[in-house]
Amino acid sequence: MPAGLDEDVIRLISSKKDEPEWLLNWRLKAYRNWLKMKEPTWARVQYEPIDYQAIHYYAAPKQQKLESLDEVDPKVLEAFQKLGIPLEEQKLLAGVAVDAVFDSVSVATTFKETLAQHGVIFLPFSEAVREHPDLVRKYLGSVVPPGDNFHAALNSAVFSDGSFVYVPKGVRCPMELSTYFRINAASTGQFERTLIVADEGSYVSYLEGCSAPMRDENQLHAAVVELVALENATIKYSTVQNWYPGDEDGKGGIYNFVTKRGDCRGDNSKISWTQVETGSAITWKYPSCLLKGNNSVGEFYSVAVTNNHQQADTGTKMVHIGKNTRSTIVSKGISAGKSQNTYRGLVKIMKGAEGARNYSQCDSMLIGDQCGAHTVPYIDVRNSSAIMEHEATTSKIGEDQIFYCQQRGLSAEDAVSMIVNGFCKEVFKELPMEFAVEAHNLLGLTLEGSVG
Amino acid sequence: MLEIKGLHAGIDGKEILKGIDLTINAGEIHAIMGPNGSGKSTLSQVLAGHPSYEVISGEVAFEGTDLLELEPEDRACKGLFLAFQYPVEIRGITNAYFLRHALNARRTCEGLEELDPIDFMDLMEEKLKAINWDDSFVNRPVNEGFSGGEKKRNEILQLAVLEPKLAVLDEPDSGLDIDALKIVADAVNQLRRPDSATLIITHYQRLLNYIVPDRVHVLVNGKIATSGGSELAKELESKGYDLVKDPALVNQ
Repeated sequence: MPAGLDEDVIRLISSKKDEPEWLLNWRLKAYRNWLKMKEPTWARVQYEPIDYQAIHYYAAPKQQKLESLDEVDPKVLEAFQKLGIPLEEQKLLAGVAVDAVFDSVSVATTFKETLAQHGVIFLPFSEAVREHPDLVRKYLGSVVPPGDNFHAALNSAVFSDGSFVYVPKGVRCPMELSTYFRINAASTGQFERTLIVADEGSYVSYLEGCSAPMRDENQLHAAVVELVALENATIKYSTVQNWYPGDEDGKGGIYNFVTKRGDCRGDNSKISWTQVETGSAITWKYPSCLLKGNNSVGEFYSVAVTNNHQQADTGTKMVHIGKNTRSTIVSKGISAGKSQNTYRGLVKIMKGAEGARNYSQCDSMLIGDQCGAHTVPYIDVRNSSAIMEHEATTSKIGEDQIFYCQQRGLSAEDAVSMIVNGFCKEVFKELPMEFAVEAHNLLGLTLEGSVG
Repeated sequence: MLEIKGLHAGIDGKEILKGIDLTINAGEIHAIMGPNGSGKSTLSQVLAGHPSYEVISGEVAFEGTDLLELEPEDRACKGLFLAFQYPVEIRGITNAYFLRHALNARRTCEGLEELDPIDFMDLMEEKLKAINWDDSFVNRPVNEGFSGGEKKRNEILQLAVLEPKLAVLDEPDSGLDIDALKIVADAVNQLRRPDSATLIITHYQRLLNYIVPDRVHVLVNGKIATSGGSELAKELESKGYDLVKDPALVNQ
């Protein structure tokens, strides 16, 4: 299929996936919306204009497998080791054919059986469309409508694949939906679509991405994630993002324009976002919560690290609609090198949101004197009973702090890693155990070379 | 153990140490006293290798190694410890975590195996017992929210765990009330070993009532004006630093 985008391309994507008529029409509608929209320019990020007609919007998944880890880029292997990723998982992540000891198919099957016993649906998006069309149709676009914003509209028109999760009433999902995802991580696409629905009284914890450095020949990534929590349901969504950030001069990195939104649709529901963002040349991402149900709770815990020429503009939106809704925002931005790191957040208390509460804490840390940290909090309160708290700090890793650690025998790099990890502790403790350790190592790895 | 010869050093282009000669042997406690601005803290920072200070000339040998050639962390690994006059805070990192990493860095240099968290806690308990302290500092973040006196005590706790060969204590008594001063002094005395040495930097003679030094040196204007036994400290206390400014008064 040639590069470029028009209605025929969308029809072709849809027919290759054997999609039903309604989904094709949904895509086309999104496309027509997109044509009328302008790329947003309000974020504090700078990049050359993207030629959307030069992008290939459909590519069959590549099945090229390497014979052994010896063929993998040594830099990638070094990163795996420092992150402490088990050998067999390293092979999977690097696209090496896996031997019989750790057969991904059989492991996946075991997981599937356990999930099926509990009635949890966890499928690639395209499979879910075929097997559970009614569920998908009911919830798709109900949180992020196809015309929500420029990048989301593009995703809606051309999304390649992604994940679909449905947790039935009263079910506590028996495992983190992460291990399984990691096994399939190699197939993550350029325009991913994720939809997670937690039915009444259910609980699910989902982990996206992994700490291993992910390279991709596609520069533009525009994903959409939609979460729906019904009455008394809880969704915990954790992300570790480490896309290729480009070389030391900022060339060749990935542009990550993501729309993530959770809808606390039922009373007493809860959605918690935790993210560790270390990769990408450009990060444009605001995982948000619509707190519609009374007493619903939204949380956002974020660590965003930028080094060299990376630019991150990330934060959250908490929209309080129901009564006695509560939200917590804890954001930690770390800038090194010549990078720019912006926290941008909106807390909006609607008229009917009696007794709403928000607590926001935004801390920035600077390493060196050529980087920037910016905090842009928007607060919009339309109900006088709301209680809002906002704290912000900016600190700099000082020579004296590093020297103190060195005097105790730590190298300058270990010192920075330790200081930064301590700074991020409040966020890391929200991560699932298995990833907390990797996130810890990842921070050190990302900041390598940031102190002279 | 430590041999300083003709050391000239300074900061921001200003010479502060103007020719220091000092030898400290294993098992000894030395004290450096002197008025404000005489270069006492500069000496401790230069020994530890603070990057802001530059050595103009001179030699420092630590157990036969050229100390000035080494990075600060390598000096620490060789067994040099500095109790800071102004200890820094490290948010979110507990003392236990910090100290385990510090100790393991040192053990790695010495070719010993690293301690896992459980073995480390055993060791920590043992060290606390040796100086009769409780474990209230152990799981608090490094110096975060500590009072001035607690920060000073925390430096001594680190000293106890890391067991250096040479401990440089930069004004361990400043800001301490008399009870805390005794606690710190007791700990330092408990930690005294025949194979280690201590260099105490202080303004006041008071601390030296509790830790009795083998040698006292008086630093004035970047040079050691005079040296003597522990009685010199008492003399200074009664006569003030004018004593050394007028050599005729010494030993009168």
